[in-house]
Amino acid sequence: MTSFILRRFGLGALLTFLVLTLIFLALRLVPGDPVEMLLSSGNASASPEAIERMRSQLGLTGSLPAQYWNFLTGVLTGDLGNSIRTGDAVTQSIAQRLPRTLELVVFATIVSIGVGIPIGAWAGAKGRFVDTSVTVLTSIGLALPVYVVGTVLIAVFSLTFNIFPAGGFTSWSQDPARHVQMLVLPSLALSLGFTAIIAQMTRSAVLEMKGQDWVRTAKAFGHSPLTVFRRHVLRNSLTPVTTVIGLGFGTLLGSTVLIERVFNYPGMSSLLVDSVSNRDYAVVQGLVITIAMIFILINILVDIVYGILDPRVRQ
Amino acid sequence: MTIAISPKLKKSLTPLRIAALAFVGVIVVAMVFAPILSPYDPLAQDIVNKGLPIFSSGHILGTDELGRDVLSRIMFGARVELFIALGASTAAMILGTYLGIVGGFFGGIAETLTMRLIVDVVLAFPPIILALLAVTIYGPGPVTLIFVMGVLFAPTFARITYGQTISVKREEYVEAARAFGAKTPITLLKIILPNVSAPIIVQFSLTMAQAILLESGLSYLGLGVVPPEPSWGAMVAEGQRFMATNPMGLLVPSTVLVLTILSFGLLGDVLRNYLDPKAGK
Amino acid sequence: MSVPILSISNLSVEFRGDAGWKPVTAAVSLQLDRGETVALVGESGSGKSVTAMSVLNLLPANARRTGSIRFQGDELLDLPESALRKLRGQGIAMIFQEPMTALNPVYTVEAQLCEAILSHRKLSKRDAQQMALDLLHQVKMPTPETKLKHFPHQLSGGQRQRVMIAMAISSEPQLLIADEPTTALDVTVQAEILDLLLELQKDSGMAILLITHDMGVVADVADRVYVMRDGRVVETAQTAELFASPQVEYTQQLLDAVPHLGRDLPTSAIPASSPAPRSRAEHGVLEFRNTVIEYPGRFRKPGFRAVDDVSFRLEPGEILGLVGESGSGKSTIGRAAIGLIPSAGGSILLNGSDLGSANERTLRRLRKNVSIVFQDPASSLNPRVSIGRSVIDPLRWSGTSLSTKQLATKAGDLLEMVRIPGSWAGRFPHELSGGQRQRIGIARAIAIDPLLMVADEPTSALDVSVQAAVLELLKELQKTMGFSCLFISHDLSVVESLADRVAVLNKGQIVEIGSSREVLRDPTHEYTRRLLAAAPIPDPVVQRARRAERMAQQLVGAPGA
Repeated sequence: MTSFILRRFGLGALLTFLVLTLIFLALRLVPGDPVEMLLSSGNASASPEAIERMRSQLGLTGSLPAQYWNFLTGVLTGDLGNSIRTGDAVTQSIAQRLPRTLELVVFATIVSIGVGIPIGAWAGAKGRFVDTSVTVLTSIGLALPVYVVGTVLIAVFSLTFNIFPAGGFTSWSQDPARHVQMLVLPSLALSLGFTAIIAQMTRSAVLEMKGQDWVRTAKAFGHSPLTVFRRHVLRNSLTPVTTVIGLGFGTLLGSTVLIERVFNYPGMSSLLVDSVSNRDYAVVQGLVITIAMIFILINILVDIVYGILDPRVRQ
Repeated sequence: MTIAISPKLKKSLTPLRIAALAFVGVIVVAMVFAPILSPYDPLAQDIVNKGLPIFSSGHILGTDELGRDVLSRIMFGARVELFIALGASTAAMILGTYLGIVGGFFGGIAETLTMRLIVDVVLAFPPIILALLAVTIYGPGPVTLIFVMGVLFAPTFARITYGQTISVKREEYVEAARAFGAKTPITLLKIILPNVSAPIIVQFSLTMAQAILLESGLSYLGLGVVPPEPSWGAMVAEGQRFMATNPMGLLVPSTVLVLTILSFGLLGDVLRNYLDPKAGK
Repeated sequence: MSVPILSISNLSVEFRGDAGWKPVTAAVSLQLDRGETVALVGESGSGKSVTAMSVLNLLPANARRTGSIRFQGDELLDLPESALRKLRGQGIAMIFQEPMTALNPVYTVEAQLCEAILSHRKLSKRDAQQMALDLLHQVKMPTPETKLKHFPHQLSGGQRQRVMIAMAISSEPQLLIADEPTTALDVTVQAEILDLLLELQKDSGMAILLITHDMGVVADVADRVYVMRDGRVVETAQTAELFASPQVEYTQQLLDAVPHLGRDLPTSAIPASSPAPRSRAEHGVLEFRNTVIEYPGRFRKPGFRAVDDVSFRLEPGEILGLVGESGSGKSTIGRAAIGLIPSAGGSILLNGSDLGSANERTLRRLRKNVSIVFQDPASSLNPRVSIGRSVIDPLRWSGTSLSTKQLATKAGDLLEMVRIPGSWAGRFPHELSGGQRQRIGIARAIAIDPLLMVADEPTSALDVSVQAAVLELLKELQKTMGFSCLFISHDLSVVESLADRVAVLNKGQIVEIGSSREVLRDPTHEYTRRLLAAAPIPDPVVQRARRAERMAQQLVGAPGA
């Protein structure tokens, strides 16, 4: 087991390295001069001083290997450069906003797993009417763009019924109750798609496991249907569901970009959107790196959980 | 001319699915014939008539805050949406299928290069994040979107074809072909491709849905299709701003979006049932 | 005489499909007494498994049973599910065919054993674990303490079956239903499992209902036999009587079709009127010289030597049988012989040319003279291609000068040669039965008029009656066309009926090679002897004697598979 975990972290480190390289190359594999591209917004072309300043700010001076080395060491030591617009250290800005986004994400994940798995299991176990309705509902759930859901939720629960605030943010230290209240709607909007995916995968896994030989063996030994379902159908269904959770988490992370805009929530992702609009590449790069790292880490954890659930992959 | 409908197809065509197919047809018609069919110029502003509700005379879906006819904007928006989605899905399909088959058939270094290096690295990013990175560098617009979404959605195709290639490769009739002297490229194409084509076609439809979803999200943020070019995502953003006074402004583009995405998803289901008899419900 | 343990009267099982209820078995009656071993035998589709499953009502939801099933006098058919559950695993236990999938892959052996133990009695966890260990000892599992913590995929097939048996006997059932328990196992392991079952039966007095298609197994262990065909019982008798004088024609046909080790005398090695040998006489058609074949390790799993210093020579027109159990390397040799797998050491010569040093072009030229017949009729033919196309594909692949029309005619001819109507050329594989598909595979193999044919377990996936026909066809074609044949099989009796010479493989090495008569009647190597002793012969009298002899010899070695 330990070697499995170590191996997984090793692969994760390798992947991180490759991802960083990709991000590094993304800016440099541009036809033409990347800085000019970034500074050219519409009509006015930038002054040579501005170009040179940005070039050094973005670490585009010097030989390519030197740039690469600086880039990597910078990331590893936590120095992600400075915002071109405000000059603030990128790492600082991210650190301030990261916990807020993480809160949303954690909340949404808990809801999605807590609702998705039971619904999917129920659909797979019962079949017929329950099954069909769950399939239809989840399909619709997956087709709804997350910002549409968020907006509709605001329309219903804030504007019409005034139960929840329409957006914004209150920090925990200021007013814990309100802080939590402000999390509800955005997390719910965020969790809809994730819940649907988890429910669908649970359902199909349960359906597949139901027909496996070991279920027949368990029946042959006289266990009650509930025990058989729990220990031999549901338990084995958790492995494909885990995979899907890992994959869906990325979409969840990405969706925070939209949700934070809909709800005016000052998290990491809304910073990302603003920086993209301003073409503040340093901040964008720092955020992309951070988000990718989070995703890789989550996937490592998911793989480890998978290894716990299914001993066959541990070889 | 009668179209032969096999009994298999007939059985899988529930009313819902027929509706989905019909809707896709409507959207495609709108896309192709928008310039002819749309009642107004989508960009023509008419401040006097701004904010008209649906079913108003002359504007069946009303007008937006700048007096532009909503129906026309929807129709022209369809062109943009579908153009980008088709471009992205095609690019993803070609790239992904190539990577998957090569990696699956040759294994070894080819597999490492294609599946580990390219596919896994792309999949390490949440799609919208990578898209935003690309938009920052290259600026928004259809070309950037098609290119980046082609890369983003290729891994799904790659994984599908990779898995299929691996399992078909193990089938004894492929071994037989090799044993009897078939040359490698021939084996590849003639034997594996037909077995792989069904899930690819299904995935194409699903990718269309995903592409529309992603692109509209970017347009919602103002970072996808650049105004004044109409796009459904931007229309939703606008609708949200004026939601209190004109809820239809939000609901109309939202509904069209959802129906389109749903329809392409259901189209995928129909295709799956039709092409792959082994796939259960 | 007390009430029979199991008494099935007039049992009919129907499945509900799209077109209503379809009968699968009809009017099945059978009976078991305490301490008896009764075999329910039949080919695929005979309904034997369905009958076995209906006792404990393990049938799918769309099945219904009519008739009567009595266990120790109590009627089971109308028993509510809760009562039936009490019986399952306790009064009546069941073990299945595929131990790999019959055990849940995510739980340890100990966990699953304890689950079975605790399903019918209350014990502390510690006591249950101790009992699990005791049970493993009882089923003669090697190193039981370590095995407890293992997962099913870490055990061999025989060991998994032992776990299943341990689970089954954990609550001392009166009746054990065993559905093809040894079909997926090697013949030596099969012998051990059957021995185990008989021993457990002797100690506990439980009755065993054994479902099987293998007449050898029936002759080995059964007291009485029921023969099923197309959902009905067609004959029943004491084992000895059934084999000696079957009453029904089907039974007679079944018995005739079973290859019988020691009874069929192979014909002489090279028939007097064989066509002129088509290769240079100095070389054999195929020659292995100190060949080593390895599967390279990937960065986690170590490499594995599948074939270790193997040498033999195949003469023109000769049939050489390669016999061995799973993992012996016989399939690897077959594939290497036609160049599908490279050798890591030594050399492989095909018609005098060294495969190792051949370039791509030479290889392809050599491949025009060899063909292969595979084991699985379901996957050896491309499902999207008509059989008429499939049979002439080798000609197209090796570059033929024949026109399309000529190829079509040739397809028809080839089909006729394997006794399939030429008019069927447009049909697809899924429209044919397993045996017919295998004939297509053979037709495809002879299309290029090969010098060498590798037949890799060509009949192992077929019913016994179909197998006999296909083997006969193969023999006939070989005599007329004169190709050499490398015949790979795990079944000694099948090899005996076909091969001139036999090579016995164990763990990648040839332990014995010689004429069929020598090797199979009078083996010198210990492994060959063990293999022969383990293979059950479909003759109860002979088999009982062999069993007694084998048990006597076994007082020395401990089984461990």
